[in-house]
Amino acid sequence: MASVEFQNVTKSFGTFNAVSDISFKVADGEFICLLGPSGCGKTTSLRMIAGLETPSSGKIMIGPDDVTHLHPKDRQISMVFQDYALYPHMNLADNIAYPLKVRGESVEKRHKRAKEVADVLKIGDLLNRLPSQISGGQQQRTSLARALVYPSRVYLFDEPLSNLDAKLRLEARGFLNHLQRDMGMTAVYVTHDQAEAMALATRIAVMDRGRIVQFAPPIEIYRRPATTFVANFVGNPPMNMIPVEGTVDGERLQLRAHGVLVRDLPISQGIKAALGKGAGLTLGVRPEHLSMGTINDVNMVSGKLFANENMGPEKLVTFERQDGGRVTARIFTDDAVETTENVAFTFDGAHATLFDAEGKRIPADGEMPL
Amino acid sequence: MRLSFPQLLARIGFSALAAIIGILFALPLIWFIFAPFNARAELGIAIPDPWTLQNFLTVFGNGFAMRGLLNSLIQSVGGVILVAAAATLAAYALSRSSIPGKSIVTYVLLLFSSVVSGTAAMVPIFLIVSSVGLMDTHIAVILVFAGGLLPTAMFILRDFIDGIPKTYEESAMVAGASPVQAFFDVALPVIRPGIVVVVVWAFVNIWGSFLIPFILLRSDDLMPSSVAIYSFYSEAGTPIVTLLAAYSLIYSLPVVALYLFVSWKFGFRFFGGIKA
Ligand SMILES: Nc1ncnc2c1ncn2[C@@H]1O[C@H](COP(=O)(O)OP(=O)(O)O)[C@@H](O)[C@H]1O
Ligand SMILES: [Mg+2]
Repeated sequence: MASVEFQNVTKSFGTFNAVSDISFKVADGEFICLLGPSGCGKTTSLRMIAGLETPSSGKIMIGPDDVTHLHPKDRQISMVFQDYALYPHMNLADNIAYPLKVRGESVEKRHKRAKEVADVLKIGDLLNRLPSQISGGQQQRTSLARALVYPSRVYLFDEPLSNLDAKLRLEARGFLNHLQRDMGMTAVYVTHDQAEAMALATRIAVMDRGRIVQFAPPIEIYRRPATTFVANFVGNPPMNMIPVEGTVDGERLQLRAHGVLVRDLPISQGIKAALGKGAGLTLGVRPEHLSMGTINDVNMVSGKLFANENMGPEKLVTFERQDGGRVTARIFTDDAVETTENVAFTFDGAHATLFDAEGKRIPADGEMPL
Repeated sequence: MRLSFPQLLARIGFSALAAIIGILFALPLIWFIFAPFNARAELGIAIPDPWTLQNFLTVFGNGFAMRGLLNSLIQSVGGVILVAAAATLAAYALSRSSIPGKSIVTYVLLLFSSVVSGTAAMVPIFLIVSSVGLMDTHIAVILVFAGGLLPTAMFILRDFIDGIPKTYEESAMVAGASPVQAFFDVALPVIRPGIVVVVVWAFVNIWGSFLIPFILLRSDDLMPSSVAIYSFYSEAGTPIVTLLAAYSLIYSLPVVALYLFVSWKFGFRFFGGIKA
């Protein structure tokens, strides 16, 4: 295992920068997820670690080595591709053992090793089949087996679960998490599924338009999203974003949405600095931090009932505020919503996040690391 | 479903027309199968009475014609190997590399290939071949065929390779394979169905070609069957139908055999990528 480091890496295709000046370090044994919407440069970043793309500028290190211009075969890495890339003319045993073949291992040795890995992944009795003769889930495990069959410094995954159906995906996700705990592998895992990133990563790098907007542990990403983009992308349903107008009243800040007071809080250093950029702020509240209340509560949002979806243990109540913006609350199934015209929810101020006019999170004074 | 009377009439009319067209196409084939075994074969179709192998015996006795079959084989196999090998490598490079303007290269070559193998180019080809000193050799025929067929073969194969995900070779290289290993271990077997198509197509093209060997060769013992078949014409230029029919049947067998072999071994089907 080894660390991976990006130093001011840019990759451009023509005049378009798919990855713009990103720097980050993956420590030895860390499982990093690159998370972001389609086209934000995740795959390109991963392929640069693999050596399948060459950075236009910047440097990539694996362990102590500068690998920026090293051929993929010399990097001692493994990669699981989104389409699995199983060789259609080879049976599973030969597919899994191929990395050992190019390393010059004898046939007996590599088939023995392939069988070991395949048994762990529960495809041990399919070794004589061709890739076209097995199911999607089995193909996925075969490509995983091929990546695990030889010792690697870094494991790379490009949306390896996106071609599986929901149930298999959860199962495979659990297995990958187990594997990570077991092997302590250094991994870079690309996904656009925030739940997958939350479940697997030790740290998540959220990407947007070729840049990393936040690189932090999942809990921090979830609780303290650095920007409105991250807040929107992470969490399902995403964080509720309420545009508010901030007015200073003595030592307190009052947040109004369309004239209605939503929240009233003491002014901190961070808020002072943020107000310099404009009074148009955004208040972010996660659905689970909203609970049913009355119109007279402080920290209150209200509106007309829009949807009431039962999810089993909980339900999602969505209502439409006066300005048309929608807010979703996640509450217990047994909590009944009595009215439809003026549904009111309150939230704990400690769990509300405030973003400045540029969409950056305003930190509380003396905030401790999570 | 019940058909109305005009509809019924239209159906019957259409079927009858189709049958007539079908028969028109079948007639030469039927002749082709019966005539070689008929000692008195003429241009009309007749069931042999009695069936005989006499025509074949006479043909086998014609050394020039028999030698022609061997020459056809040498030239076709030589040309096919050259076309398939060169087209595979070129198409692979054109598909996988990022040479700027690579598709223009392919189209320009394709354009010129119809000129090179066309009748119009026969004089320059003749001049080139004779100035290189290759006149009257198998090599000359093979090279000229390869030159003419290569661009189209490259075009067919490039299209085929473009449709194969790059991730096959990429995963091989990440796993530790050199580009050459990745090509031979992974890419080539996946491309093989495309190569087979090119092989069959090139073989049929060279096997049936008359003009190029006729112009580039002099010696009787180098002539392929397509030229040697004229030894079954009398001095006056009229065909000896019996012998011509027998020789034609023999001449067509390798092509049929190749088709059967390929469809048995490869089934003219493609692996393609693995769909999720
Ligand atoms: N080979 C390429 N040539 C041109 N543009 C590319 C190439 N590869 C990726 N891109 C572009 O770079 C951007 C990032 O792509 P990618 O890294 O695949 O995104 P993601 O994996 O996050 O969906 C996309 O806009 C894509 O169109
Ligand atoms: Mg991608």
